[in-house]
Amino acid sequence: MSSIVVRVKQKQIAQLIAKGKRLDGRGLTDYREIKVEQGVIERAEGSARVLLGMTEVMVGIKIEIGQPYPDTPNEGVLTVNAELVPLASPTFEPGPPDENSIELARVVDRGIRESKAIDLEKLCVEPGKKVFIVFVDVYVLNHDGNLIDASALAAIAALLNTKMFKYEIEEGEVKIKPGHTPLPIRKRPIAVTFAKISDKLVVDPWLEEEQIMDARLTMTTDDDGNICAIQKGGSGCFTQKQVLEAAKIAKEKAEEIRKKLKW
Amino acid sequence: MPTFFERRQLVTPGDLIAEGEYIAGENAYKEDNKIYASRVGLVEYENKRVNVVALKAFYIPKVGDTVIGTVIEVGFNGWMVDIHSPYLAILRASDVLSRPFKPQRDDLSEVLNVGDLVIAKIVAYDRAHDPQLTVGEPGLGKITRGQVIKITPTKIPRLIGRKGSMISMIKQETGCHIIIGHNGIVLITGKRLEDEQLAMMAIHKIEEESHTTGLTDRIAQLIKKEKEKAKQKEEIKSEPKT
Amino acid sequence: MSQKLEKLIDKKGLRLDGRKLDELRSIKIEVGALSNADGSAYIQQGKNKILAAVYGPKELHPKHLALPDRMVLRCRYHMAPFSVQERKSPAPSRREIELSKVIREALEPSIFIEYYPRTSIDLFIEVLQADGGTRCASITAASLALADAGIPMRDLVASCAAGKVDDTIVLDLMDTEDKVGTADVPVALMPNLNAITLLQMDGILTLEEFEKAVNLALEGCRKIYTMQKETLKAKYIGVKEVEE
Repeated sequence: MSSIVVRVKQKQIAQLIAKGKRLDGRGLTDYREIKVEQGVIERAEGSARVLLGMTEVMVGIKIEIGQPYPDTPNEGVLTVNAELVPLASPTFEPGPPDENSIELARVVDRGIRESKAIDLEKLCVEPGKKVFIVFVDVYVLNHDGNLIDASALAAIAALLNTKMFKYEIEEGEVKIKPGHTPLPIRKRPIAVTFAKISDKLVVDPWLEEEQIMDARLTMTTDDDGNICAIQKGGSGCFTQKQVLEAAKIAKEKAEEIRKKLKW
Repeated sequence: MPTFFERRQLVTPGDLIAEGEYIAGENAYKEDNKIYASRVGLVEYENKRVNVVALKAFYIPKVGDTVIGTVIEVGFNGWMVDIHSPYLAILRASDVLSRPFKPQRDDLSEVLNVGDLVIAKIVAYDRAHDPQLTVGEPGLGKITRGQVIKITPTKIPRLIGRKGSMISMIKQETGCHIIIGHNGIVLITGKRLEDEQLAMMAIHKIEEESHTTGLTDRIAQLIKKEKEKAKQKEEIKSEPKT
Repeated sequence: MSQKLEKLIDKKGLRLDGRKLDELRSIKIEVGALSNADGSAYIQQGKNKILAAVYGPKELHPKHLALPDRMVLRCRYHMAPFSVQERKSPAPSRREIELSKVIREALEPSIFIEYYPRTSIDLFIEVLQADGGTRCASITAASLALADAGIPMRDLVASCAAGKVDDTIVLDLMDTEDKVGTADVPVALMPNLNAITLLQMDGILTLEEFEKAVNLALEGCRKIYTMQKETLKAKYIGVKEVEE
């Protein structure tokens, strides 16, 4: 597509939003169609695939035994990593994680960690020595905008689907026993992202909206309607009023989306 | 149409200077009918225009400006010149050689080499292209002698003075030839090093006190005083001989 | 949090360091702290000690990274190995990479980046000692460094956090409060334009608490803004004096 066509389309998107409409027919606070599939990779302890319109994200959970952090000897460890896989977009390049994938991983991590979604104390095998480490690997498969919401949703969907192996301790060694137990989950944090375009907030921006947005704001809320993580991105700004309005909408939207998760 | 700062008052970026039918001049911008400062500086009103005379700024090229720069690269068909600006300037070989340039025969580094100083004029510049220089006018070209000093470009008007009063006074009193580049680089050439040093001292003083009044007289006095001192020293030195 | 710490707020409503709930730590700012940089600033906020330096605008190399219609702001937030209790590896951590990004995005709205296409500004932030709230203090200092470099700006950016400690919303969390507290909301503001350029949060807050925290943080930003302007003007106070 030549850049002239893009410019014309971008102008149209902005003008429509100024009138409260969107090019794909959605209202300003409507999500694209959301599909959540839990348990898609058998080799993983937990997994999920989320489609947000054409954005596609897969999350796989692996669990290993390792050492706890010195400041939390009685807690399991949560590690979130995100890969912007080159096949997902012509703009993604192979190589070490860039600031975008690091930010994505850290925003997803913050939602799970701060909402205390996983009962990490139940993942302690031997205090100070052995705990379960939960690896959350976010894999972006197709980028059509709003990777944060899709990844956060896929992550919690995969965690809800995660089965831990049973074990017993024999002479200080962990022996795996047959059978599984579900991962102890307490909360389901949901991220809701806004783009500011034409001085209006739009929910769930798709790629072409992201390309023209002034700034981005993600609000993650838990089952009780509390806010547990926020991230502003992009080189624009928000008013105080917009921030508070976003918090209210985020809470409502998260409640709707949470219904799509099997628990 | 209120204004919130008096003339010559110090402002910082974001300060609301005026509201209403004003025009944002230098280092100011307009939003929602309000004029704000965009740099640290002193407020000036010029009818409806609100300017901020920046106390710190860098040089942005303008066609027609004379600049003094350093050659930093010798290329295939020209030189890259650092003119103390965000943009590097280009001096084409054809401009200097004044005949068709032949890469097989011409060694550009023999004409101008890395580290050489040049006085040049900007002949072309826009947002998409680096400034282009010429040395094909009288007084332009390679600098072979003299002292070079750097001052903040925004203080050049003060160094020149009203109708050139300041600079011609310094030239007269020190006997030096002085060229002021619009980019804030000043070239001083005199008969003796002492003369050049005197001119340099005066220019530094002007930069430091650029916002004071009666500066020209004070600088003139300062130069005279220094000249007296120098004279006395020489007399002391020469006394034992007689 | 297994180990129970003593209360962080006493009966009189004072905090560990004797501050009131809505009180900032003592702040000391110096503009033009480094002679090599085109612009620089140093800030002490509580025990935070942070340097910010600006180089540029200058032509961007490699050239393919340059943008035809705007300037590129590059930002590196970095913590010195000795800035924290346990030595921090000097290699950039994921946290530092994320903070470099959000700090850059907090400052970008204040700069007229469209004025000088194809150029770049390099902003380097070194945290020499960390005491909680380093990203906010970094933004406060970096904005002054940009102004000191003569970069045309819409406004200064002032930054401050509010958070929840002992079930209470307090301003400008220091290290212990940050670690033991249950929420942290860093905010950056262009006060004259009322534009929020940084907003993050971690922890748990109800909508009402969040609103309160944002308002308190914004109030803190405005106080810091006053200090920023005073510091910047003080650098040129000589100019003002001789004028009279």
